[in-house]
Amino acid sequence: MRYIEPHAHMVSRTTDDYLEMATAGCVVVCEPAFWAGFDRNSVEGFYDYFRQLTDQEPKRAARYGIQHYSWICLNPKESEDLQLAEDVLAIIPEFLARPGVLGVGEIGLNKNSRNEIEVLERHVDLAAEHNQLILVHTPHLEDKLKGTRLILDLLKNDKRIQPERVIIDHVEEHTVKMVLDRGFWAGMTLYPESKCTAARAIDIMDLFGTDRIWMNSACDWGHSVPLAVPRTALEMKKRGYNRDTIDKMIYRNPIQFLSQCPKFEIPVD
Amino acid sequence: MTRQQVLDLYFMEARSKVLDLAAFLDRVERAEGKEDFRLGAIRDAVAHLQGRQSRRIEKVLLSLSDPSKEPIERAIGKAACGAWDGSILKKRTPAPKPSKRSTR
Repeated sequence: MRYIEPHAHMVSRTTDDYLEMATAGCVVVCEPAFWAGFDRNSVEGFYDYFRQLTDQEPKRAARYGIQHYSWICLNPKESEDLQLAEDVLAIIPEFLARPGVLGVGEIGLNKNSRNEIEVLERHVDLAAEHNQLILVHTPHLEDKLKGTRLILDLLKNDKRIQPERVIIDHVEEHTVKMVLDRGFWAGMTLYPESKCTAARAIDIMDLFGTDRIWMNSACDWGHSVPLAVPRTALEMKKRGYNRDTIDKMIYRNPIQFLSQCPKFEIPVD
Repeated sequence: MTRQQVLDLYFMEARSKVLDLAAFLDRVERAEGKEDFRLGAIRDAVAHLQGRQSRRIEKVLLSLSDPSKEPIERAIGKAACGAWDGSILKKRTPAPKPSKRSTR
């Protein structure tokens, strides 16, 4: 099995996780900027975090034969402080130019507040100005439906944004259709409790097909499973999916989307 | 997959989850003190499992979701708790502690 992990917060994981992922067939990992579990106090904190994503983590992944890419942004959980957001937005272009940076992400909404929307608009504008791919985080649990609607409306209202260059992540059964119907890519996150289980993710494939969709572990500092993607591939096999379709879901679909960034290199077999 | 194959693959897991849910409801009812809106949300969600309707998962998710359309003025805290407090505007029941919520 070969697979791409399109969304993992490896700064929060151990080298054992890299070893197990590589052993399971992981050849590429993509790491969006996210919330550290606490609010950073200054733009310098973000600067160092972006350095960690773009300098340090690729070296750590390379020791296990895994290509590492990253996405850069201020996450929506830290968007209420507009002055801090302004400061962080100002340093993002420097990192967008670095090798291994795929685009702007994971931007989006958390509690669906006005300030979050303002900062999301600024990120979308930045992505459009710099012709970047976009990775969008949709809110959690009871906030997901409303947040997904607000995000899709915002993106659709910006005529510079091409839906096929945007992935809307963390979709579930009540949001996946609106995402795919509007031409965006959809990401399914495989979490033990709060997002999709493997069985539910495969149900979504049964109902909506395997075009413009990928799945990820979004493993981080919380309850999450770095091997969720290969484990779901095994469950797809149990459910009767053939090898080609499994390969499409866990390898070729991520390549199709990520190859829209010229910095992405298709792994050599 | 045939219906029989789906049953063979997932019945025990579903049985276990139903038992866990039943035990959870018993556990909550044995405990003392007030409940909050989340228990009612679970009961409403369970109602969607009855009968031979389709797309139960979507109906359950919608029943647990905030149906409003306007952004809120300001985010107070970062966490979601898994159910929408429809009575929140009436200030009826205190929201659960942040430690019980999901931020990821």
